[in-house]
Amino acid sequence: MGNPLNDTMAGTSSVIAVGTEPIIRAERIEKYYAQPSQNRIQVISATDLLIVPGEILALLGPSGSGKSTMLRMLSGLSKPSAGQVYWHGRPIAESAINVSIVFQSFALFPWLTVLENVEAPLKARGMAADERRERSLRMLDTVGLDGFEAAYPKELSGGMRQRVGFARALVVEPEVLFMDEPFSALDVLTAENLRSELLELWSKKTMPTKAVFLVTHNIEEAVLLADRIIVLGRNPGHIRTDFRVQLSHPRDRKSEPFTQLVDYIYKVLTRPEVAPLAAPDQTTGRTPRDQRQMHYQMLPHARPGGVAGLLELLIDKGGKDDIYRLADDLAFEIDDLLPIVDAAQLLGFLTVYEGDVAITATGTEFANSEILRQKELFRQAALKNILLLRQIRRALETKNDHTVPEEFFLDMLDEQFSSDESLRQVETAVSWGRYAELFDFDAARRRFILPEETEIVAPVEGAE
Amino acid sequence: MKRTFRPLASTLVMRSTWPVFIDAGVAALGLAIFFTIVHMSTYWMQAPVPMVPISHSMRALPTYAAYSVVRIGIAYILSLIFAVSYGYLAAYNPRVEAWMIAALDILQSIPVLSFLPPVVLAMVALIPGHQLGIELGVILLIFTGQVWNLAFSFYTSLKTIPREMQEAARVFRYSAWQRFWQLEMPFATIGLVWNSIVSVAGGWFALIACEMFTMGDRNFQLPGLGSYLQTAASSGDLRALLAGLGTVILIVVATDQLVWRPLIAWSDKFKFEQVESDDRIVSPILELIRRSPLLQSLPHRIWSRVEEPLYRRFAASHRKAPLQAIDEDGGDARASLRLWALAVAVFAAVSWGAWQGLMLLRGISWSEMGMLLEGAAATFLRVNASLLISALWTIPVGVAIGFNPRLARLVQPLAQIMASIPATAFFPILLIGLVKLGGGLGIGSVALMLLGTQWYILFNVIAGAMSIPSDLREAASLYRFTRWQRWTTLILPGIFPYLITGMVTASGGAWNASVFAEYSHLGNQTLSTIGLGAQIDMATDQGRFPMLLLATILISLMVVSMNRLVWRRLYHLAESRFKLEG
Repeated sequence: MGNPLNDTMAGTSSVIAVGTEPIIRAERIEKYYAQPSQNRIQVISATDLLIVPGEILALLGPSGSGKSTMLRMLSGLSKPSAGQVYWHGRPIAESAINVSIVFQSFALFPWLTVLENVEAPLKARGMAADERRERSLRMLDTVGLDGFEAAYPKELSGGMRQRVGFARALVVEPEVLFMDEPFSALDVLTAENLRSELLELWSKKTMPTKAVFLVTHNIEEAVLLADRIIVLGRNPGHIRTDFRVQLSHPRDRKSEPFTQLVDYIYKVLTRPEVAPLAAPDQTTGRTPRDQRQMHYQMLPHARPGGVAGLLELLIDKGGKDDIYRLADDLAFEIDDLLPIVDAAQLLGFLTVYEGDVAITATGTEFANSEILRQKELFRQAALKNILLLRQIRRALETKNDHTVPEEFFLDMLDEQFSSDESLRQVETAVSWGRYAELFDFDAARRRFILPEETEIVAPVEGAE
Repeated sequence: MKRTFRPLASTLVMRSTWPVFIDAGVAALGLAIFFTIVHMSTYWMQAPVPMVPISHSMRALPTYAAYSVVRIGIAYILSLIFAVSYGYLAAYNPRVEAWMIAALDILQSIPVLSFLPPVVLAMVALIPGHQLGIELGVILLIFTGQVWNLAFSFYTSLKTIPREMQEAARVFRYSAWQRFWQLEMPFATIGLVWNSIVSVAGGWFALIACEMFTMGDRNFQLPGLGSYLQTAASSGDLRALLAGLGTVILIVVATDQLVWRPLIAWSDKFKFEQVESDDRIVSPILELIRRSPLLQSLPHRIWSRVEEPLYRRFAASHRKAPLQAIDEDGGDARASLRLWALAVAVFAAVSWGAWQGLMLLRGISWSEMGMLLEGAAATFLRVNASLLISALWTIPVGVAIGFNPRLARLVQPLAQIMASIPATAFFPILLIGLVKLGGGLGIGSVALMLLGTQWYILFNVIAGAMSIPSDLREAASLYRFTRWQRWTTLILPGIFPYLITGMVTASGGAWNASVFAEYSHLGNQTLSTIGLGAQIDMATDQGRFPMLLLATILISLMVVSMNRLVWRRLYHLAESRFKLEG
């Protein structure tokens, strides 16, 4: 793979064309949630961001990087915990802004017809009945829904429904159009179709919208549509890179510059995280506890079976492959594949280097073993590499009755994760621990328990 | 159809928990309210009420039926308005939310009928010398019986509106008015309809009891179906009694067919689903309305006349307003100061009232205390005996019906209607039978509870048996499970969530019935048995307010703790372990 940063991009920082007044300007915006303890969960660390007229800006990132939170802060739906968002230079909370959102779940009102759904925002603006009907019908015509006015959303296919979503968003002629993973609930062909129609509307200036802000986890989608791409990292969310895409439309997915760009973004996304320590918070004077002493790895939400499957596939491919190609072969979204890769990496079964994954010696042994041996290897790898599993096991061994309530670990995890995430972490730990027969979990009493004979590799009783 | 009583059952055993001080606060509030009611009702002696002679001629029946229906109607409309306001307030005011929900939890588990005597007395005192006092008292009671599950249903609906829908309403600048009619109300409709059915059934139960209400030699009867039945029974007019009963059943069936079924079918369009489901309820009445062009377009035209100017007005006022962030706390400092002042005032009033209420209790002797405890134990046993008997016969029968789909489709709506027929209407017949056969009211009250409760359980057991997937049943026969094995590993776990749902609902009904069933007049005879319900009635009869208070506290305490300690746990167990997904 060649250097992706050749003539397709103009570097990463000097992004804003001089002389363009931004529509939305975010200054050092942060989002965090206060916790009962001294700590707080930082979702997004202080970030600057501009939305300028004339461009489609795509925000890419793995799940948990706060993409949607960012969209909601920029659109005025959610107030930043710190920092300020400006709309044409005035604080957004004091401005009469004109934006629309296209939602991932469409968020159509199922009890209203297609026409009523599109009319609703105009009704909110007090437009007279005749005028709003006429405008809505015109908009429905534009998005190709002529003749569906009287249908209810549930009678339509997913693609049709999202067209209604677009019509509703565009009928108010927003200055900025926000889109929150608008195509991810659709099948591949429908999504492709809608994307090109959107591009057409945009490039022909059929819609008066001045800027589009697109949140997505689909790298190709971003490269296909955007004039500028921002990649977010997680824990907490922050900007990893911000660059312009200067390919001309229509973009060819198979062209060399296109694939190089996609490859570059994959590398950014899979590059090992170097998480900096949280700095003392000057606004409240509180010092976060030293994170090093209690730093749990974030367990990726993957199943052990998925890890085994991935490793076996890798062996078939000669032990080494490009993640991009792997995802393609599996017909996986990168969001679905990354947790499995992360898990395998965490367990030491494979290594990731610049977008390529390579299986390790233990990984090879694991993939080639039969099930009982796999469990043993998994157990060893888990105890060696994963703090939470090690702690649960040790706690169970030390306690006389060999049981520990879930809450005990939830409390510790809560120091570091949001309470939802803590629950998910425990859930993943349970799934891994059960597989490795490290411990069992009594779901009725919400307690971890030590299986009676852990040396014997028999199916654990009461696992279901 | 199979989820009918779910919403009610889940309100009875709420998921959320809150600190004890909120419970204590709510209990204090209850005490204070009770004290106020009792305090007012002590003036009752000076306020004689003109008695209305109740006829038991058949010709009076239509008029009486109309009176009863109007009472239910007024109480229901009031409940709906109150429930929507309450739910709205609770859902959008985090400061008072926990309090309001805790209050709901306790209020809806208190048997309303235990408040019948003092409330009627208090209302008579408020409007002396007029039947209107009793009338208001009765409506107030039906209202109290109907309102809580409606309020909780509306509150839950508001809380479960998907986030993106809320955001869409924000971003597209909906006014509160538009949000209410296009988002909140449609979203809550299905829950409100189902809960209304349960509420109105409960309303009939209470209404008939209230209309029959007599105390000692004082008569508080109102012209209505309840008093008609009572008078017919007292004068031994069996024909009139049966005619009255028939009228009650007719009204219930008619309501089911003419109101509820069309409403359920109509509310189908508010289902929050991505694809259209095949299993839909049809209503010929609704089809008829839908086919009439006039009935279709007229309401719409009138409505838009009202609506359009309103939208223009709202839009003009907030066109230039900024968008309010969804996680922003709208309250400003001055408002919160006023709120604090109000809170302090309420706190003072409540503590004073609660203290006064507690002082009342000093007048109770140890022997009276013992009597009350004995009564509590008797009522407790009776309620649980009725539940046990219901479960014992409905489980085998329900499972047999449920495993036979054709039979189930026939029986299920029937059981649903049976559950809606107020058991209290059967009470006079039961009494006559008891007097003739010489049985005591002890057994009679259990029989009355059974009349009301067993249908809920049957209904749910059928639904549970139907929900057991046929491949599981096939597996059971393939592996030649013994009968015992079949029941313990397949059937009982399979119907468990439904059984609990039915039992929770039935238990509430049984407690309510107990108050009414343990003490009664028939002609010149007074029938009574040991029990809290009887003690509540007797205490009112003799003006022994401390006893009345303590008995009410005891009954509320028992119901609330049963709900918390037994039903809630079983319900959670059912939800977590025995739920068949899909």
